[in-house]
Amino acid sequence: MTAVLESRGLGKRYGQRWALADCTLSVPAAHVVGLVGPNGAGKTTLLNLAVGMLAPTSGTIEVLGGRPASGPAQLARVGFVAQDTPVYSGLSVDDHLTLGARMNPGWDAALARDRIQHLGLDPRQRAGKLSGGQRAQLALTLAVAKRPELLILDEPIASLDPLARREFLQSLAEFISGRQVSVVLSSHLVSDLERVCDYLIVLMASRVQVAGPVSDLLAAHRKLTGGQSTLEDLVLACMGQAADTTLEARQ
Amino acid sequence: MTWLTWRQSRAQTIAAAAALAGLAIVLGVTGPNLAHLYHTSGIAGCLPSGNCRTLVDDFQNKLAGTDAVLEIIGIGILLLAPGLIGVFWGAPLVTREIEARTFPLAWNQSVTRARWMAVKLGLVGLLAMATAGLFSLMVTWWSSPIDTSLSLSGSSRINLTRLGPTLFDTRDLTPVGYAAFAFALGVTAGVLIRRTVPAMAATLAGFAAVQISWPVWIRQHLIAPVHTAVALDPANVFQVKSVNNNMIISAMPTFTQQGAWVLSSQVVDESGHAAHITTNPVCFGGNFAACQAWIGRLHLRQVITYEPASRFWDFQWAETTIFVVLALALAGFCIWWIRRRVT
Repeated sequence: MTAVLESRGLGKRYGQRWALADCTLSVPAAHVVGLVGPNGAGKTTLLNLAVGMLAPTSGTIEVLGGRPASGPAQLARVGFVAQDTPVYSGLSVDDHLTLGARMNPGWDAALARDRIQHLGLDPRQRAGKLSGGQRAQLALTLAVAKRPELLILDEPIASLDPLARREFLQSLAEFISGRQVSVVLSSHLVSDLERVCDYLIVLMASRVQVAGPVSDLLAAHRKLTGGQSTLEDLVLACMGQAADTTLEARQ
Repeated sequence: MTWLTWRQSRAQTIAAAAALAGLAIVLGVTGPNLAHLYHTSGIAGCLPSGNCRTLVDDFQNKLAGTDAVLEIIGIGILLLAPGLIGVFWGAPLVTREIEARTFPLAWNQSVTRARWMAVKLGLVGLLAMATAGLFSLMVTWWSSPIDTSLSLSGSSRINLTRLGPTLFDTRDLTPVGYAAFAFALGVTAGVLIRRTVPAMAATLAGFAAVQISWPVWIRQHLIAPVHTAVALDPANVFQVKSVNNNMIISAMPTFTQQGAWVLSSQVVDESGHAAHITTNPVCFGGNFAACQAWIGRLHLRQVITYEPASRFWDFQWAETTIFVVLALALAGFCIWWIRRRVT
């Protein structure tokens, strides 16, 4: 099976600062991948490179075996919800569904309609008047109804209240179940990812610290510590190590 | 993509349609009276050498005050419309998406960025051209009696001929070319500057510079002007100056070619060289008639550089084509930039 995301020596530099450096990854298909790391670790940069919003400074990246955003076919295979879940504030919910239908050949109108109905959104409501949670759900609806093979979500729940956060993850889980779809989801809140992710990438200070299936990572970590450690402990340990390495390097 | 572009420009389309409808009503109500006045004036059958001047003066005196105001408003609308289209339709086209951070949504549907940009440019650009074209069509139709009378009214109003800078810019095809160019200029400024208000300011400054400099320095080079030498009619002399005991005579062009766009007129001596005339005190004694009589005895000539009225449509087509081609070049640059330069 081809990797959904394969990068070699991938880097992105803004002026003097590397937002992402030397990133070599191979993420297998049919996983829900959690991308975690503190703010400014390079999560958004990595995801924007994966959807072709950014061009790499160094290295290569392939998504589903193709160059990101290389053409309509490649764009159709990847669904993306950008940070802060943007929608057109002047357009109604219904307008957004029309937009999706007009701009995506693989659009699943029934799926989109059902989701909007299920969420209880008024189709005539202007998107600018929606709550943060509703806006995120609308953005997710647009991304999933184009029936992508890979769904990329950049901190979709960062600005939501706990209830909206849970509803969002629930509806995401509902979409994933029973579908051959891979998901990459970034967050700085590990507890959010715990519920949905089975693969983990820890990014810190522009570098990949750890990447692998959650079960493998947890087993290894428990063996090391001998305790009932959670995903959060694991991530914190990774970050601690990274911080130590940085400190050592400075000394 | 077509649908989204149409949906996003719905408000501005409605605004443009409302403005066009408003103007259509005003001109539609006043136009027939104006046309009737013209048809009964006899100008249409007058002879340039004979009774035209009188008929034109008569027609212009009979014009209602509102007609004179509407003529100026019509010119104003068409001078401003392309710039406003560039500032309010062109500049925000991309910056709006950047500032509201909606471009990741648009760029992650199954439509490439290049196509997204091309469709937006194409549709809104056509909308801009159609709006300017309809404004021009209405104003050109309404004001044609006045324009004709201005072209015939002789040398004193020579700059208001159809080929002159004011009317040429605001009649027939040229507004369409300007609107296309201003719009593309606005989009280009937006793509490069990425913020709405500075992009609007840059568009306004850029387009105003082109609009002002074009008729002053560039238009006359599109088709080489004609030079002609005629005897100087002393009655046309309106100013004499003395510099280092040399007289400098300024005269209105003595000209029977109706409707020509006169670029310059120079007083020369019989051999065709710039006239060197020693200052004569009679011209500075307060008796200007005596001065004119003296000038008449010098047998001076006048070299007039002009574009004949018959070239009106050649200029219209040439200029419209140039601005549409410039607009296409800018549009091509925008598409290339959006595709190459990723945020």
